[in-house]
Amino acid sequence: MNWTWFHRLASPPYVYGLAARLTPWFAWPAALCIIAGLWGGLVLAPPDYQQGDGFRILYVHAPSAWMSLMVYMSMATAAAVGLIWRIKVAHAVAASCAPIGASFTFAALVTGALWGEPMWGTYWEWDPRLTSELVLLFLYLGYMGLRAGIEDTQRADRASAVLAIVGVVNVPIIHYSVTWWNSLHQAPSVMRLAKPAMPLAMLLPLLLMLLGFTLFFVALLLVRLRGEVLARERAASWIREVVSA
Amino acid sequence: MSRSEGTVAQAFPSIDAPAVPVAASNALAFPRADAREAARLALLRDLHLAFRKRGQLVQPLAFFAMVTLLFPLAISPELARLRELAPGVLWVGALLGSLLALEFLFRDDAYDGTLEQYALSGQSLTALMFAKTLAHWLLTGLPLALMAPLVAISLGVATTAVPGILLSVAIGTVALSLIGSIGAALTLGIKRSGALLSLLTLPLSLPVLIFGARATQLAIHGASLVAPLELLAALAILGVTLAPLAAAAAVRISLE
Repeated sequence: MNWTWFHRLASPPYVYGLAARLTPWFAWPAALCIIAGLWGGLVLAPPDYQQGDGFRILYVHAPSAWMSLMVYMSMATAAAVGLIWRIKVAHAVAASCAPIGASFTFAALVTGALWGEPMWGTYWEWDPRLTSELVLLFLYLGYMGLRAGIEDTQRADRASAVLAIVGVVNVPIIHYSVTWWNSLHQAPSVMRLAKPAMPLAMLLPLLLMLLGFTLFFVALLLVRLRGEVLARERAASWIREVVSA
Repeated sequence: MSRSEGTVAQAFPSIDAPAVPVAASNALAFPRADAREAARLALLRDLHLAFRKRGQLVQPLAFFAMVTLLFPLAISPELARLRELAPGVLWVGALLGSLLALEFLFRDDAYDGTLEQYALSGQSLTALMFAKTLAHWLLTGLPLALMAPLVAISLGVATTAVPGILLSVAIGTVALSLIGSIGAALTLGIKRSGALLSLLTLPLSLPVLIFGARATQLAIHGASLVAPLELLAALAILGVTLAPLAAAAAVRISLE
């Protein structure tokens, strides 16, 4: 089997060019999916029989929450690849993931709080999902703080990779312990969306938004990755050619 | 050089050696102690060093007592209300006390080059990290656990809850020390790392806090605390198996 395509992915100049070429292929479909999803979710979908129009924040909240976890997994996977095979580009991918993931987590928390106000009557409820989302934000902040604290890039890469992997082991433990903790404090009566009974007109825009957010993440990641590679390789000669071109 | 450090030097033939190649040849020239013996000596060394600076040992305990004092002053001196809050006060205090001591877990050894010698000694760094963490627990976790019942009684908890509180804090601090060793190793060499260390360690410590506080609460109410104790023990065992590996990897990275 020919592995050249894979080995080329470890070369910064190749990845830089590839990221530039791939960006529009993710950015445009992302924009289309998000516009279609928002149109479907905010205009076409019928109001919920219990929550009225308030439920529509779901179309931003659920994809953000989904992305916050997915970005963490991508970040940890990239960090592990970088740590195991000593691939610098993989570390650059992990470093680019962190701020995006933290932003999605923040968006999920804010939209969750805004949704909570009309539904629960309070902006913040110590609901297990909101609490684990908050802990996830702290995990992102810790990762970024560790990266910023170590001046040497290679050491920062490897140390933060260890942290990301430790975090992945801990995320499920934290999630289940928080769920367990909450179920002791209060009956899970807060608010239950009738889970499977979501009509297609509501579900379809949600799926579109999920797809759109995922594509949006990849497009953002590619842009950030180019910046990261430029910063890391600023001493290399190929940078001068790229910049002067 | 004291007797204790002399025995360590035998276990780590390279302890006085200046650089890498010498260490490698020394390792061949001396018979190397097995990993368990090396870990035992590293543990004894840490305990010896700590007992020479007894003043530092008391600090986490004083901090724990101080944090406890804040709650009656800030909330209410009524014992009935304090009793309800006792599990939270105890565990937040123990968590912060253990966190306070973490900064010193590797710092002195990193400054004087001991960690570097450990890494070059050819001994399993994982075993040595486990030994260091165990020493840290014996010096902070165990005293905190012994003090927790006193703190609980001062908050109006009945004496019947003492064994349960002692046991839950003792097991919980094992997990806290192990989780903390990863954070302490990762932040080695970072200046003013205190806040960062808390930011890294606290989110990972939340499960210990949850199960520990629950066990303490059950102990105070006189109920069976087997379930949360078992979960605490599971966390501690998971920590024993994985945390020294991660800490050793982090120490190696910080020495690069």
